[in-house]
Amino acid sequence: MPYIATPDNIPGIRGLMNVRPDAALALDALVQALLVNESPLTRGERELIASFVSHRNDCTFCKTSHGAIAAHLPGVNQQLVQDVWRDHTAAPISDKLRSLLDIAAKVQQSGRAVTEGDIAAARALGASDLEIHDTVLIAATFCMFNRYVDGLGATTPDTQEFYDLIGRQRAAEGYLTTSVLMKPAP
Amino acid sequence: MPHIGLRPDLFGITSLLAYRPETAAALCQLTQVLLRGPSSMTEAERELIATYVSQRNDCAFCAAAHGSAVCHLPGGDAAQVEAVRRDTGSAPLSDKMHALLRLAGKVQQGGRAVSADDAAHARAAGASDVEIHDTVLIAALFCLYNRYVDGLAARTPDDPAYYEALGQRITTRGYSMPPNGYQPLHVNGSH
Repeated sequence: MPYIATPDNIPGIRGLMNVRPDAALALDALVQALLVNESPLTRGERELIASFVSHRNDCTFCKTSHGAIAAHLPGVNQQLVQDVWRDHTAAPISDKLRSLLDIAAKVQQSGRAVTEGDIAAARALGASDLEIHDTVLIAATFCMFNRYVDGLGATTPDTQEFYDLIGRQRAAEGYLTTSVLMKPAP
Repeated sequence: MPHIGLRPDLFGITSLLAYRPETAAALCQLTQVLLRGPSSMTEAERELIATYVSQRNDCAFCAAAHGSAVCHLPGGDAAQVEAVRRDTGSAPLSDKMHALLRLAGKVQQGGRAVSADDAAHARAAGASDVEIHDTVLIAALFCLYNRYVDGLAARTPDDPAYYEALGQRITTRGYSMPPNGYQPLHVNGSH
């Protein structure tokens, strides 16, 4: 049960966003720009960063949703998502992505935790300025979303079927379409 | 030195927003809605929450910028900014603001640190559901901004005149993206 009343009792972040539709529009636009629109990182890589940071923040709803979205995208499957959660240093991913996850892990702790050495390591493995920028901003953005979801006690379903529904929809459509969780307009 | 190539004539968050306008557009829209949009909380109250969270995240740029904004807004002053920095509990604020700042402080630690009791405490002090929602989302948004600014080591001026000018700009012009791009601030002094 969320700590505030949410319209229609829709679970997860969508119920909270319906409390403030003007903020919801901006949140959808942000996640679309970061995770779907043009970037040198693939959509799968970006969703993995989002899911990884959410895992570190212990946010089950975001971690499982973005894990499911990643698993529905090319180059990622559910096993890889779980490998990244368990130990990204041992997961079968590129060295560049591993170094970007190292940066994301620092951002999850604090902006001040990121060092010149973290950046240099990613750059030495081929990461560009834009890839470093997008990694930091995705990690920071999920430090926001995770706090929003758990800070208001959003309802967090515990069946993989629920998250697969979200994963399939968002992998196919991005973030600007009406959620499958919403009742169709009468 | 920033970690990535940013415009040398801009500082802090402004240099990052100018670097990636595609993501900046949505960030600016969100910030404008939360800090300047219709709300039963005053702009000074919302800026004080932003300042408090930024102080706790040790983000000098955001804490100084939004602290300056508080001082430029009706109902806000430097004594409030200083009081929440030193000892939030004794700051000269309403019971409702004390409860909302306590909630924001929990959000700063982590979403899981917030309990139903924190929300109930704010409600008992007179906060509405939308005020509780907005407080949590503003606090979470500054956990984003603080990490964005310091995570990329955006340049943080030392000169108080810079923040005075920035506080003036964000209280008069708001947070919407300027149609012709970001321009350097005109600051009396060294910048």
